[in-house]
Amino acid sequence: MRNIIPILTILSAILAIWYGSAVKMNSQWTLAQAKRNGVELSFSEIVADTMDQERARLPAPHQVAVELWKTTVQKKITSKRSLIFHGWVTLNATLWGFALGASIGLILAIAIVYARVMEMGVMPWAIISQTIPIVAIAPMIIVLMNAVGVQERLVPKAIISAYLCFFPILVGMVKGLRAPDLMQLDLMKTYNASSGQSFWKLRLPSSMPYLFTSMKIGIAAALVGTIVGELPTGALRGLGARILIGDQFGPPIRIWSALIAAAILAGALVAFVGLIQRITLKRMGMAQ
Amino acid sequence: MIWLVGAVAFWALAVLVNVKIAGSAAHKQRWARIVVPALFGIAVMVLWEGLVRGLNVSPIILPPPSAIWERFVASGPVLWKDFVQTAVKGALSGYLIGCGAAFGIAILVDRSGFLQRGLLPIGNFVAALPIVGIAPILVKWYGFGWESKSAVVVVMVFFPMLINTVMGLRETDTMQRDLMRTYAAGYWQSLFKLRLPAAMPFVFNGLKIATTLALIGAIVAEYFGSPIYGMGFRIQSEAGRLSMDMVWAEIAVAALAGSAFYGIVTLIEKGVTFWHPSQRG
Repeated sequence: MRNIIPILTILSAILAIWYGSAVKMNSQWTLAQAKRNGVELSFSEIVADTMDQERARLPAPHQVAVELWKTTVQKKITSKRSLIFHGWVTLNATLWGFALGASIGLILAIAIVYARVMEMGVMPWAIISQTIPIVAIAPMIIVLMNAVGVQERLVPKAIISAYLCFFPILVGMVKGLRAPDLMQLDLMKTYNASSGQSFWKLRLPSSMPYLFTSMKIGIAAALVGTIVGELPTGALRGLGARILIGDQFGPPIRIWSALIAAAILAGALVAFVGLIQRITLKRMGMAQ
Repeated sequence: MIWLVGAVAFWALAVLVNVKIAGSAAHKQRWARIVVPALFGIAVMVLWEGLVRGLNVSPIILPPPSAIWERFVASGPVLWKDFVQTAVKGALSGYLIGCGAAFGIAILVDRSGFLQRGLLPIGNFVAALPIVGIAPILVKWYGFGWESKSAVVVVMVFFPMLINTVMGLRETDTMQRDLMRTYAAGYWQSLFKLRLPAAMPFVFNGLKIATTLALIGAIVAEYFGSPIYGMGFRIQSEAGRLSMDMVWAEIAVAALAGSAFYGIVTLIEKGVTFWHPSQRG
């Protein structure tokens, strides 16, 4: 807990920089407005004006907080203006993508650990797949899905997020399934354990710490994938769509509140996986 | 029909050869490490070509690799212009600025344990956030040119690079630092001769993560406004016109640029961190 004070210090420094930049960036508009009206503004008047412009270039933190409060607590969840509604759409696609990506990563990892031909043939391509900028493929996946006849917006988003999150899980699980050392594997052999038994009773349990660590990275990557999937595609629902619509039609503050909401969602997802990790590892007697 | 059977037969043959190579004593040889994945890649291409032709898939849904290749060759100048705009002007400049700034700040932060303890958890958190969402804001601030793409890339690569460098600078143990002190080495000497070299594996890890992020950032930023060239612009407009062969050619460019970028950083890493166990194996 000795990290609390440093973290709070840094956070308040970030807030201070944010306020400072807001004054600097928004003051141009204030000054231009004042000039047109032929008014001289004192410094404190300028600052006061930059703090609550409706279409500020950089909204001040408290404006974003107010907007967040308005669009979550004060709106009905079913309303199209509620960030909880949009967050749920994004969360839904993220979880589907994560489930898909985690399964692919897991299956590939098992195949790679058990078959050398998979390791030699597939592993290099898995690495190369991550150097390809996924967003390049996003618009195409959506057109493809439409052409095939899948109308559900969820599917392309989930595919993109699965693409981003399968890799950390693959790498983590390959490491994890190989974590048992030779002596432990030999012990299983002396017990006359079949390879299925040594998988379920030795390899899989000892890979759990690796699985959870990579799941934390994977779920954050899945959320990034979903939002990337919503950005360039003209989606109407979801946090990414909120950012897009805020960019094209609404005041910039909508983008900011959607961004902060996405950050909160990311933090909550990672914290949730962390919680499951702690409970599971504790029950398995593996907690550090 | 002939296409279907031929493609599946080729696929089966390739898998068989791969299994043979992987099962034989040759699997440790250098050539096998290249041949097996290459054969796998070729088999996928052949299967793709065969399935698309055999099943008469419309080129609007999925063009065969041969058509993509034709398009790739035919529109070389266009692709090159897009590549320069997005990868060189947008991604590379942002990558250099962002990674350079993060590296410098990491060295400054490193002098204070207080700042480190505050920055590491926050940096870790921010690095996991969907920062790409900031793209429309930055495009609004810096205009449609490559400068805004560069700015998006700077923001995206900054935090992964920062936390990796800070963690790398903590890599040396007390014994090594004590040794430097017994040599009467000052702060800068021990930084340059001990701690920076020891940090290099982490620094390069950050640099490698940042290569992919840089291209993603540059391409996404183009979806929010760009001149009438650039990889992101081209992909979006051509996908809208359903000329999928051009989209795929552009994806091929993106894939090549991404892999080459990553490969170059890996090569430099090999030269710089030749002493690290992971490079000696």
